[in-house]
Amino acid sequence: MSATDLSVFGRPNDRLRRRRIVNRGVEVIAWAAAAVGVALLGILVGYVAQNGASKLNLSLFTNPGTPDAVTSVPQGLANAFAGSLVIVGIATAMALPFGILVAIYVSEFAPRAIKGFVNLVLDVVAGIPAIVVAIFVYGLVEVGHGQTGLAASFALAVIMLPFVARSTIEILALVPNSLREAGLGLGVPRWRTTVGVVLPQAIGGILTGSVLAIARVAGETAPVLILTSLVGQGIAWNPLHPLWTVPLAIYELSESGLPNDRATAWAGAFVLIMFILVVSLTARWFAARSRRKLGRSA
Amino acid sequence: MTEVVSESSSIEPTVRVETKRQPLPPKERLETVFEITDLEALYGSKAALKGVSLEVYKNLVTAIIGPSGCGKSTFIRCLNRMNDLVPSFTQEGTIRYHGYDIRAAGVDSVAVRRTIGMVFQRPNPFPKSIYDNVAWGLKVLGMKDGLKDRVEKALTQAALWDEVKDRLKTNALGLSGGQQQRLCIARTIAVEPDVVLMDEPASALDPIATQKIEELMHNLKSEYTFVIVTHNMQQAARVADMTAFFSISRGEEGHRYGELIEYDATEKIFTAPSDKRTEDYVTGRFG
Repeated sequence: MSATDLSVFGRPNDRLRRRRIVNRGVEVIAWAAAAVGVALLGILVGYVAQNGASKLNLSLFTNPGTPDAVTSVPQGLANAFAGSLVIVGIATAMALPFGILVAIYVSEFAPRAIKGFVNLVLDVVAGIPAIVVAIFVYGLVEVGHGQTGLAASFALAVIMLPFVARSTIEILALVPNSLREAGLGLGVPRWRTTVGVVLPQAIGGILTGSVLAIARVAGETAPVLILTSLVGQGIAWNPLHPLWTVPLAIYELSESGLPNDRATAWAGAFVLIMFILVVSLTARWFAARSRRKLGRSA
Repeated sequence: MTEVVSESSSIEPTVRVETKRQPLPPKERLETVFEITDLEALYGSKAALKGVSLEVYKNLVTAIIGPSGCGKSTFIRCLNRMNDLVPSFTQEGTIRYHGYDIRAAGVDSVAVRRTIGMVFQRPNPFPKSIYDNVAWGLKVLGMKDGLKDRVEKALTQAALWDEVKDRLKTNALGLSGGQQQRLCIARTIAVEPDVVLMDEPASALDPIATQKIEELMHNLKSEYTFVIVTHNMQQAARVADMTAFFSISRGEEGHRYGELIEYDATEKIFTAPSDKRTEDYVTGRFG
């Protein structure tokens, strides 16, 4: 290339043009992928809402339904919502304090070697398929005793635990070390520093992780199918008996021959999606708030 | 107030500062707080500090000066076992506090830090209200009688009370950097330690905030013993009674470690140091 071709920024040439085209191409592909992702969610929610529209009314929440739909009476899902509430509630009550304590041990107290080991274990547990957890709990507590909602709660708690623990560990890692040193430098014992300084600072982030874990298990089907599926009619709250749940209701009603039942299944699916959406948005709000708090003191 | 450090000097120091320092009492009247013998501090297998022996005296301000990487911070963090928090840290030699080995079996690091408080390089107030920043330590450590008065006293001693008395319930993170650092000092002295360690307490502050912190050290040394790390020689000359100069030495295979070069009355260190390296440092030829 002759010297006259060179301006300050270089003249457009084949290589530059090719780079621009490649850059543009990658940008378009990435944009399209994002668009497809958003569109998928839109179509999914829209489709579910449309199919369940005829059943999306107050009676969905007030009338109980039957698991094996043989009637053509208008059905609701009140018993499924009640069951899910009880089972997920108990699972949360079991997994949350336990998971947070595991995280506190790992990030505040454990020597480095144990830290790595516990993290590895948590990863492995997080990777165990829900059906395996379900079978395990079935073998552990249900064989010869019959189904209970409590067993399902236990299985869901096992699934939740690593999520709660891992997300809490990550949040605790964001708490600046200078705050721990401030507490310890006063001659305050480590546990008091953890409770009085570190945890209040991280609480928003811990809630975020917990809320996402709740959303994650609320839709789990395998454990409730195996552990708490043989249910009676009417609304029941006692976790010592089998309880109907939303994922199971969706599964069972969607196989029904009656259009009315299938619409109920769609409506249940819509409520589940909305629940997860609301919960995720709440979690994001908590997370943003917590990040602001952490950011200010960093 | 107007005593000028360099007046009687034979060398020409870069540091010409006014000091409030009183003449040192005779050595036999000084009470030893820390007796450090052959201190060696290691991170993993690398020594950060070797062969440090010195005595810190009661109700004096002792400054640690020296170039970056000479182990000043490592040294001061040994004095209240703050380095215990570093997983790879090990230590040789002994540090005696009023005759007791602070690392002896059965000595609780929490109890050590309770007696030997610390103020850090960057202001690190708790994300709580101004009041709670001071009150929290008091509550946790069981000093709940007259809590309000204790908080007020500490804030007054730290020269912060007048600035914050009308907004004690507001978040401490809304204070300026200098105010935050004085709040951290208030929090530390509120729990009535015996010694206050300060690791470059003014390095992140402007000159006015720095001056306030130096003044409060001067005013409080009748009650506390201060050890201060600083990379600011003027600051050492202004506030310190005793000054220790640390520098970097090279061992075999070029391994660098921090070493105590000279420890003496501040006056002497800045006007008539006995080691050439100290002279080079305080006259600005090195570091």
